[in-house]
Amino acid sequence: MVSGIFHTSYESDMALRRTPAQKIRLALFILFILVFPFFASRYTLTLANQVAIATIGAIGLNILTGYTGQISLGQGGFMAVGAYTAGLVTVRLGLPWWLSIIIASLVTAAVGALFGIPSLRLKGLYLAIATLAAQEIILWVVTHWKALTGGVEALVVPDPMLFGIRINSDFNFYWLAWGLVGITALMTVNLFRTHYGRAFIAIRDQDIAAEVMGINLFRYKLLAFALSSFFVGLSGALIAHYRSIVTWERFTIDVSVLYLAMIIIGGLGSVSGSLFGATFMTLLPAVLNNLGRSLRGVFPQITSIMPFIQQATFGLVIILFLILEPEGIKKLWEDIKDYFRLWPFSY
Amino acid sequence: MLRGFRHTLNSSRLQPGETQLRIENVHLSFGGVAALTGINLEVRQSEILAIIGPNGAGKTSLLNCISGLYKPQRGRIMFNDGQEEHDLIKLRPHQIARLGIARSFQNIELFRHMTVLDNLLAGCHVHMKSGLLSCLIYWGPAQREQIAFREFVEDIIDLLEIESIRDKKVGTLAYGLQKRVELGRALAMKPAILLLDEPMAGMNSEEKEDMARFILDINEEHGVTIVLIEHDMGVVMDISDRVAVLNFGQKIAEGTPDEVRSNPLVIQAYLGEEHALFPFGAGGSHD
Repeated sequence: MVSGIFHTSYESDMALRRTPAQKIRLALFILFILVFPFFASRYTLTLANQVAIATIGAIGLNILTGYTGQISLGQGGFMAVGAYTAGLVTVRLGLPWWLSIIIASLVTAAVGALFGIPSLRLKGLYLAIATLAAQEIILWVVTHWKALTGGVEALVVPDPMLFGIRINSDFNFYWLAWGLVGITALMTVNLFRTHYGRAFIAIRDQDIAAEVMGINLFRYKLLAFALSSFFVGLSGALIAHYRSIVTWERFTIDVSVLYLAMIIIGGLGSVSGSLFGATFMTLLPAVLNNLGRSLRGVFPQITSIMPFIQQATFGLVIILFLILEPEGIKKLWEDIKDYFRLWPFSY
Repeated sequence: MLRGFRHTLNSSRLQPGETQLRIENVHLSFGGVAALTGINLEVRQSEILAIIGPNGAGKTSLLNCISGLYKPQRGRIMFNDGQEEHDLIKLRPHQIARLGIARSFQNIELFRHMTVLDNLLAGCHVHMKSGLLSCLIYWGPAQREQIAFREFVEDIIDLLEIESIRDKKVGTLAYGLQKRVELGRALAMKPAILLLDEPMAGMNSEEKEDMARFILDINEEHGVTIVLIEHDMGVVMDISDRVAVLNFGQKIAEGTPDEVRSNPLVIQAYLGEEHALFPFGAGGSHD
């Protein structure tokens, strides 16, 4: 039981981690992140980097969809803006990779705000369709503006170097990616304990009341689009530098849906939920792949239909998850914590 | 009975009795349906003005015009902030809120997934000044601002006696408590005028008594002007300084509770024929 914890200042009462148990859990998690790469194989490091990139993208989408309630199907398009901007700025202008990442995030924020303008008039599913248009328009521009992007040809990005060290090796990139996850997560949780974040949530919960409380809906909706796209652009830029190659196929509507699934399964309106969802949706296909590969030896006759079984299992797991725990992995984790917090008086 | 408030809840610069809000010849119609026809009404600093009338009389429409949710086709709504007059019809709802006009809603419109504390802090929105970057970093001034407003909000929690539920999500609270939180959220704006749309609807007599006490406290201790729509005549006659009666989009009477009570037009509007209005009698209790 958590008892005997008394806060004597508003500062400690308003802290992000209010109890020793919470602080210890966070410290353990950070320790794990710091130690992990020294024991991981190259393959698991690749997965960890993918999780990190997906987490940043999922936090970005969660700011917009989970916290502010503006459903977006433009995630893939916004990631494409980030990736192509980072790649083109590096290739064409010869700017250093770190500067290209910052520029890419800012450009994506601007593009996101532009496509957020319809949100003043449109809500819910109607807005989803408008953002779907954003997705299609961006991809169309990417594939057809050959002079700028190279069209459907892949854009090759030079390796990012820092003091003569190649950053995009799995081990080196791990530190960059997870460092940025830390910064993104910290900024987001900070945002949601100030009036900006509360304005976003107010718009989601009750937009008319929010307006009457003095919240400028247009300004804050655009701000939500811009901030969200900033982080989505960041994750796109990381993909460009990690893969050293940018192609449009990586940013189709499938990606938008995948990210929506991530935040729904992880937990809407939650930073930890974004991490859970990104981890789950990145690792599940990998686990299914490995399982399929090992099963192939046992049942050689089903090799041809293996991909379909994997796809179906992927879908099945997601459906089961939504039925059994509609509030996502975040809720599951909270239930586990509550169980131990209340133990042995669980009533 | 002062509680030793560290903060004042009232942001108006006017002296009690000065005209704060002047509604002039306001017409509002939806398509062919006239909701308000030529309403004239004055609200004075630090009074409690009740707006009553049968269902569909246009009471909520009038409130929505003041807070900018509806735009009247004709007329002016002039608000005096002590320095200059603003025509509210030309402003958007969030600009009107910035002038210090706060309100609650007939059907509770709280931010359901936020805690009580966060709802009240959201009410402070217009007073928070930190920039986006310092909020993202949450260091120094941004943190100090949040803590300062937390202290202010604790005063409101104290006033409304909702200490025990401050960390609860408002969606999980009982109806009466939600109404109280909504009043608190409006108070967090440090209102110059507080518009309350049926603050006691659906409450039992004990809750009504509490709510009436809170409204009187806010008015008497902090001098906040209150415009109130309410159907419970006992409460209206008890706590209001003046009463305005609306019927079919027109103001049919205005005056002290006693004047309104004996006005034949009002009796007709409520009962359709001449009867003694309100069986409670003069000064009846409101429970």
